[in-house]
Amino acid sequence: MADVPLDHMQDHHAATVAARRHFLTRFVIYGLLAIFAAIYLVPLLVVVLNSFRDQQEIARNGLISLPRSFRLEAWGQAWSTYCIGGTCEGMQRNFYNSLKMTIPATIISTVVGAMNGYILSKWRFKGSEALFTCMLLGVFIPGQISLMPWAFILGNLGLSNSTYGLIVIHVIQGISFTTLFCRNYYVSIPDDLIKAARIDGAGFWRIFRKIILPLSSPILIVTVIWQFTGIWNEYLFGVVFTSGQQQPITAALVALTASGTNVRAYDVMSAAVLIGALPPLLIYLFGGKYFVRGLTQGAIK
Amino acid sequence: MSTLTIRSLRKNYGSVEVLKGIDLEAQNGEFIALVGPSGCGKSTLLAMIAGLETVTSGEIRIDGRLVNSVAPKDRDIAMVFQSYALYPTMTVRENITFGMESRRVPKPQQDEAVKRVAAFLQIEPLLGRKPGQLSGGQRQRVAMGRALVRDPKLFLFDEPLSNLDAKLRVDMRTEIKKLHHRVGKTTVYVTHDQVEAMTLASRIAVMHQGSVQQFDEPATIYNRPANMFVAGFMGSPAMNFLPAELGEEGGRPTVVLPTADGKTASLPIVQALPSDTPRQLLLGIRPEHIYRFDPDLARRKPSIAQIDAVVELVEPTGAETMAVLRLGGKEITGRFDPDGTPRMGETVTLGIDMARACLFDPTTQRLI
Repeated sequence: MADVPLDHMQDHHAATVAARRHFLTRFVIYGLLAIFAAIYLVPLLVVVLNSFRDQQEIARNGLISLPRSFRLEAWGQAWSTYCIGGTCEGMQRNFYNSLKMTIPATIISTVVGAMNGYILSKWRFKGSEALFTCMLLGVFIPGQISLMPWAFILGNLGLSNSTYGLIVIHVIQGISFTTLFCRNYYVSIPDDLIKAARIDGAGFWRIFRKIILPLSSPILIVTVIWQFTGIWNEYLFGVVFTSGQQQPITAALVALTASGTNVRAYDVMSAAVLIGALPPLLIYLFGGKYFVRGLTQGAIK
Repeated sequence: MSTLTIRSLRKNYGSVEVLKGIDLEAQNGEFIALVGPSGCGKSTLLAMIAGLETVTSGEIRIDGRLVNSVAPKDRDIAMVFQSYALYPTMTVRENITFGMESRRVPKPQQDEAVKRVAAFLQIEPLLGRKPGQLSGGQRQRVAMGRALVRDPKLFLFDEPLSNLDAKLRVDMRTEIKKLHHRVGKTTVYVTHDQVEAMTLASRIAVMHQGSVQQFDEPATIYNRPANMFVAGFMGSPAMNFLPAELGEEGGRPTVVLPTADGKTASLPIVQALPSDTPRQLLLGIRPEHIYRFDPDLARRKPSIAQIDAVVELVEPTGAETMAVLRLGGKEITGRFDPDGTPRMGETVTLGIDMARACLFDPTTQRLI
């Protein structure tokens, strides 16, 4: 009889110990996560703050300190008046260049990837698997390797030092990824749907438009985000194949940091960097949750 | 009028022979069931009839027209898939009209057809819904609606009931039977469920390893299976096979079986035997043709033969009771009326209806 309350007390004790341990584990986990988040976020914070500080103040107090002033001039300068390599038009032209390159390249590579994926998953033919494997190789080949061939091709096409040349490069370099994404996603769409539609009298295009495309939004969002950020952030091809007014914003940013006359204009640089980072950031903000969802959807099957 | 004729149809995937010379035919309005275990080639055969798979050699004719290389949409067929294959982004109405839309049928005619089919299948309230909002049975109905709306020459069903739960499956089975009765279209129905094949079909093609084992009416398939595969596949519990020897008693042929006590029992053979009947035989008896012996029964059925067996296990199912019996060295299953159920461990005298028994040649596995 005496055992019962004793047992009870022990149980109670064990429960408190377990709860305390649980709390400790949580604390450690969240603590670590917070530290890592800070490691990622502090540099961004420094840049954001510096873009609103006065250049003199930065010079006086150093790069890393809390702002004593607040001004937007650096943003204006970075956008339209700052001098890069002799022209004083700020980043705006390069920003437009990047848009002019990224938007068409994203759209074209996504459309081509969707078509490729549709064919490679639903209209297989002899050798289609081998073809897919070859296309996959493009995912693993680093961009540097193709620099020389591209120089040759662009030269022959008469597209060197132009945004169009970069569009061609990004479309073709991107097709491996877009095809992989779309093909893996379409594989999970049951073949019976295609068969039913064929018996219903629908052809290749009608099946794509009426059945495949309406099911594609998750993977198309993933592909668009992936391509947009990838192409927008790409630097190597931009800096190698264009110069001056034709450069995309990534190349221009480097030119900007290199073209400092005597004083380094940290405020303008910070603003310019943020202008350059804004479009991909916005795309992630709006499409981020689809991105994670879509990536795993494509990956499971 | 619509008929289906298939002659020496073959299908190879590389070096693998999936169909080894199929011959089948369906008369106008017939309901043909293709039944067999998975991997027997029945679904491939159906896909070839539909035009979704290419023909390696042989002929498929619909209404006498050779359709080997005709596109699915031009074969004038409709198909119901196991997965229903409803277009997930379209409403039920759009699912049903998709085919007509593809064929550019005028809008008023489409509306008319949808109205007719929806009323026929009682799916009017579902027309505005998406397939995701439907239950299994409703999806099944819509899938049938999509096929029906076409008024095709040939209906093809690919295991349409196997995704439904047991009760619904029985209901839908009845409904498909009614539907066929009312529409009267020539139908080819693929299933791995022998009960579905038995209940629905006017003729059954039992398939195994890429060839048709037997193609006949359900009763013939069940009572006179062409070989041991058909005998074992059709019927549940399966037919019992007992190794036996050919004997003779009073000038009449018998089968001689070893019994529990090490002796032998000989049962008279009712059917006429061909002259080349082998000495070694396999006696095939369906569980329902095994009774508890009583003289009254023997008087009513003169073909009843007596044999003793030990009851090993009893499995009551409610409507009937299955008993596992030991006869000689073999276990057999008997199907008994719950009232006359033998007890476990008991030695019973069985009455075997020899008129319903089948004899097989153990080497060729064929029916004698």
